[in-house]
Amino acid sequence: MHEHDTPDPHLPLAEDAGLTYYEQRVEAIQALLIEKGLLSADDVRRAVEDMDARSPAVGARVIARAWVDPHFKQHLLADAKAAIATLGIDVDTWSTLVAVENTPAIHNVVVCTLCSCYPRSLLGVPPDWYKSLNYRARVVKEPRTVLKEFGLELASDIEVRVYDSTADMRYLVIPQRPARTEGLSEEALAGLVTRDSMIGVTPAREPQK
Amino acid sequence: MPYQPGDRVRIRVATPSGHYWTPTYIQGKVGIIEAVHGAFRNPETLSYGGDGRPKQTLYLVRFDQTHIWAHAESAASAPFCQNDRLLIDIYEHWLEPAPPRVSKE
Repeated sequence: MHEHDTPDPHLPLAEDAGLTYYEQRVEAIQALLIEKGLLSADDVRRAVEDMDARSPAVGARVIARAWVDPHFKQHLLADAKAAIATLGIDVDTWSTLVAVENTPAIHNVVVCTLCSCYPRSLLGVPPDWYKSLNYRARVVKEPRTVLKEFGLELASDIEVRVYDSTADMRYLVIPQRPARTEGLSEEALAGLVTRDSMIGVTPAREPQK
Repeated sequence: MPYQPGDRVRIRVATPSGHYWTPTYIQGKVGIIEAVHGAFRNPETLSYGGDGRPKQTLYLVRFDQTHIWAHAESAASAPFCQNDRLLIDIYEHWLEPAPPRVSKE
């Protein structure tokens, strides 16, 4: 039989090697909870579906409103959850949220060095890099080097403020509203607000010409 | 709530058994209370089957990057600059009062 250097493309896709210790433990606990009638497999499936359905669009809507409505922005900075509730968004189950504003003089960026705390309700599932040891260890120690790797170079007189959200608070960055966006609708403005700009590693998108 | 915004605090140096919410890089450093977030159940007991009481006040504490890492440069290529800051949430039982800044002899 002929030896192949690369895997045979016609082989069926193999399952990953066995479950890890923690995967086995989670499956065992879930099986017990279901067996005892405390929750159903459908409850678990629905929770995962709800989690995956969250997206940065919710956060973008909040930011766009803050850009067009100074009163809303003040409310957002003073009490983020209460302000967001006024948009008809259900915030009951959310962690306490703090909004911080980028200005020409101050640039904010968020990390969780201890794990990967993240405002999932507003931004959805965090990107892999946010959870990586590389980002978490380096952005607190060399923020400007990390921001540069994301393509953001800031003048040395701009104050970079790194928020390490290690505890019960979640942080949302309000990026600066891009120039030449005066005529845009709130919906079009929301289209300029990216996930990464709300973490603080990039500015909001420039409008298309 | 013994600390107010503007107060100088030192982060305690400790290695309690189990998980704790105060990274070692900030232990022993002196910062300024930026904001008071309110009282939360203590995750250090909450996460081990306890009820997290008494609640602990959670503070946002601000540090100069130059104080934490002690190697700032002014060039735009520096890892951080003179005015850059780090802000971190710390529970009250990790804080102790820091003496006011004294000018060096």
